Amino acid sequence: MSCTVRIPSPLRSYTRGAQRVEAEGTTLAQVLASLEARFAGIRFRVVDEQERIRPHIRLYVNTREAGALAAPVAAGDTVHVICALSGG
Amino acid sequence: MASTLWIGTRKGAFMLRPDERRRSWKLSGPQFLGHIIHHIVQDPRDPRTVLIAAKTGHLGPTVFRSADRGRTWREATQPPAFRRAADGEAPRAVQKVFWLTPGHASETGTWYAGSSPAGLFRSEDGGQRWEPVAGFNDHPMRAKWVGFGTPDGELLHSINVDPRDPKHLYLAISSGGVFESLDGGRDWTPLNEGCAADFLPDPEAPFGHDPHCLAMHPLAPDRLYQQNHCGIYRLDRPARRWVRIGRAMPKRIGDIGFPIVLHPTDPDTAWVLPMDGQTVWPRTSIDGRPAVFRTADGGKRWRRFDAGLPTSQAWLTVLRQAMCADDRIGRLGLYFGTTGGEVWASTNDGEAWRCIARHLPEIYSVTHAS
Repeated sequence: MSCTVRIPSPLRSYTRGAQRVEAEGTTLAQVLASLEARFAGIRFRVVDEQERIRPHIRLYVNTREAGALAAPVAAGDTVHVICALSGG
Repeated sequence: MASTLWIGTRKGAFMLRPDERRRSWKLSGPQFLGHIIHHIVQDPRDPRTVLIAAKTGHLGPTVFRSADRGRTWREATQPPAFRRAADGEAPRAVQKVFWLTPGHASETGTWYAGSSPAGLFRSEDGGQRWEPVAGFNDHPMRAKWVGFGTPDGELLHSINVDPRDPKHLYLAISSGGVFESLDGGRDWTPLNEGCAADFLPDPEAPFGHDPHCLAMHPLAPDRLYQQNHCGIYRLDRPARRWVRIGRAMPKRIGDIGFPIVLHPTDPDTAWVLPMDGQTVWPRTSIDGRPAVFRTADGGKRWRRFDAGLPTSQAWLTVLRQAMCADDRIGRLGLYFGTTGGEVWASTNDGEAWRCIARHLPEIYSVTHAS
């Protein structure tokens, strides 16, 4: 099933500038694997080696925050990757 | 070949290139603007290859590699990462790649990386794919060795490879101490006898020390120097007890600092840049008057050099990767970068200094490339 992933500016070097890309999967884990297959390296910047979403990253499916990679994704959903910076 | 300096900063990578006489320097960059660059290292076995340890405030840590002296870059296909935690085991994730060291001259393509939390990683393909070094990362004593991290986290740094033996390695951990491996990283032994650890209850603790910078002389690999949180030390192997050569520093200056830089051909010559380690540890130049100190006899005596440096109200901090020497024997170039974004240079063995760049972001690393 296909969804849309909104790519924040810090990750657009991987998507050749694209702000929205299509991805496949019924869970966030599958969607990220689909992204990684097209844009090598992008997943590790978002998810650590213990399969945890990085501390200053939030993933949303539509308007719901997904706390884990097992969160379901339906066809037509939009996945948002949110990055938080603090300080200068 | 004129010196080229790579400057790693909290906001990106810069280069400084001099004219032939090193009087005029041209700044270029930034590359990776906005990335936190902890270390930039050229491969002495293949000077076209340069590696950068990078991350951002939100994205995970990684390594970028250039095969054309920094003109173009490709990200590591497998950045340094700990293995997946077993059930019941505390999971560890690399927060930053802090240190890069090229491997032995006979092991083309081999690199080592140190991370925070303290981890050791090895690449055998020029920095594209990194594997955890299980002998250190899974050592049964590791949790005890690195039990007291700094506010910036545990830092594994100063990875030194013996030029006589690729299996003979040293590394340092802040806090944790100095460790040695004789078998290519399969097993490790603390090497901290004689080092003070004023912050520990046991003055003879075998580990838990805070080495800020450890350097092995490339032409005399049995000669090690260390700038520690608690003093400047020398160790001549096979001895195991460090000698506090910082005791010969002027009392009002003390022997606290971050970097220690060795002369490339003279094992008796080294430079330090003392920082204020009193009370709450300001870690700034003492009395606001920065100075470089040089020993030419292995630490028996130290001589102050401050010509050209500010004479008052200059509260510089120079981090452990942010001072280096070049390879111009006879009129050796020495360089340091400050957390205030200035780069200072000397082209006469550290005796006189001038500022060659300012207004840069906070400087984490200054390294020389040929």
